[in-house]
Amino acid sequence: MAMAVLAGCGQPEFSDAEKKTIASLALNTLPPLKPDTTNRFADVPAAAALGSTLFFDTGMSGDGMVSCSTCHKIDRQFQDDLPQAVGVGRTNRRTMPLAGVAHDPWFFWDGRRDSLWAQALTPLENPLEQAGNRAAFAHYIKARFGERYERIFGPLPDLSKVPANASPLGTDAEKAAWSAMSDQQTEDVNRVFANIGKAIAAFERSIAPPQTRFDRFAIDLATGAKPKDEDAFSPEEILGLKLFIGKANCVTCHTGPRFTDNSFHNTGVPPVKGLPPDRGRVDAVRQVEADPFNCLGDFRDGGAGACGELRFMVKSGPELIRAYKTPSLRGAATRAPYMHAGQFSSLDEVVAHYSKAPASVEGVSEIHPLQLSDRERASLVAFLKTLAE
Amino acid sequence: MASLWRYVLAGLGLAALLAGILCVVYLTAPQAPQLAAADISRSKTTAHGLFVASFEPEKGVIRQGELQSWLLTLKTVAGAPVQGAAIAVSGGMPQHNHGLPTSPQATDYLGDGRYRIDGLKFTMSGLWQLHFAISAAAGSDTVVFNVLL
Repeated sequence: MAMAVLAGCGQPEFSDAEKKTIASLALNTLPPLKPDTTNRFADVPAAAALGSTLFFDTGMSGDGMVSCSTCHKIDRQFQDDLPQAVGVGRTNRRTMPLAGVAHDPWFFWDGRRDSLWAQALTPLENPLEQAGNRAAFAHYIKARFGERYERIFGPLPDLSKVPANASPLGTDAEKAAWSAMSDQQTEDVNRVFANIGKAIAAFERSIAPPQTRFDRFAIDLATGAKPKDEDAFSPEEILGLKLFIGKANCVTCHTGPRFTDNSFHNTGVPPVKGLPPDRGRVDAVRQVEADPFNCLGDFRDGGAGACGELRFMVKSGPELIRAYKTPSLRGAATRAPYMHAGQFSSLDEVVAHYSKAPASVEGVSEIHPLQLSDRERASLVAFLKTLAE
Repeated sequence: MASLWRYVLAGLGLAALLAGILCVVYLTAPQAPQLAAADISRSKTTAHGLFVASFEPEKGVIRQGELQSWLLTLKTVAGAPVQGAAIAVSGGMPQHNHGLPTSPQATDYLGDGRYRIDGLKFTMSGLWQLHFAISAAAGSDTVVFNVLL
């Protein structure tokens, strides 16, 4: 009897179900990157090398001062620590980090682009980000990187009659110049522009999430090995992990080795005063459908069979209102602030939000109050830190 | 004095026993009974008894987080394949109060009453519900399948 009582109380650290969930979160379960058939240069080293050059080149902007790396800083997990990104102007969204980004089906916080290469094109012409125009980018590529470009993508088109500045999305003058161009010219410029995105995407595919203390702990737990001293979890971290995959329901959306379900949810995150109205996914659906560089557009390589995400996209419904992408939590502890517009300055605030689960200003929040104690909230934060060590 | 200590010891023993029993009960309690109770059969008669519907992943396995196609097979109660059915798909996760992350569609008729339902994606573990509204020569009917991940 005494033995039975002792066995009952000697609660194992994790149940078999918990162990299974923990193993599913470890980095070693991340599948290899699938080929991107919509970008036939995705795994061409020369394309990735050119993409890397372009990523860090401030010449790739309207004012010559801003590059992708201005906001996606290489020594800061490819993000900028700001509540809202600042390029040529101040945007209304938090810069997303890039580790593992090529595994995403949707890009930006609201998924308004459906491929990494189509995403890379968007800031180039956003007046608040790189503030350029596609005709100017095509001229710049020809003048500065013509030989490298042609070795990868083939001969550049004749741009001699293409205006210096023109874009369907630019200023009135740029739009007028774009309208005056021939179909062949717009097609030529769009092709060079798409290839810029494909080169940058090829580079970004190489940015992978690093192994963390959590991953080493998870492997040890799965194999039954005794963790090394620095990898062993404290009682607080173990409680946090148990809450994360249990009572706190975090793992419902922050699932798999990237801690994201790659989907969009309204979790009642409040808007930021002074920023333009932001309704999240519900508005992005129309933007990605209208994007000429989307998977069903003319610039996709390979077959349309790769376009399932766009083809079977949810296009309407109340759950899209103020729904934003579930971000990966890898490295999150060392990159405050949080949420799509930097609403929360610390993980304590994030966890407090999810514990309290306030109603959404518009639409319906999917989360429910958790009533976590101070100790439980601190434990969750302690666990999240193991994903950044 | 000695007898008082005996009572204290007995009390402690009983308390330990109670704690032990509670531990055993707590640790062996079934988890999420509402999931265990869900009907996850892959074949059932539609709501008004017009069709027998079967729903299976086309490749045999469910992969969480990946677009996939399933096969919906429609037969009459007498066992004849149902051809030319119009099928509308909806659903979601009742416990999380949200719909499907994708808009699956019937994309192909493969013969013998089999329809390919493409664009399904199960983004998280838990109980998913898929509703089919089926319209064919015999009439219109609905069926709901539960899928547990």
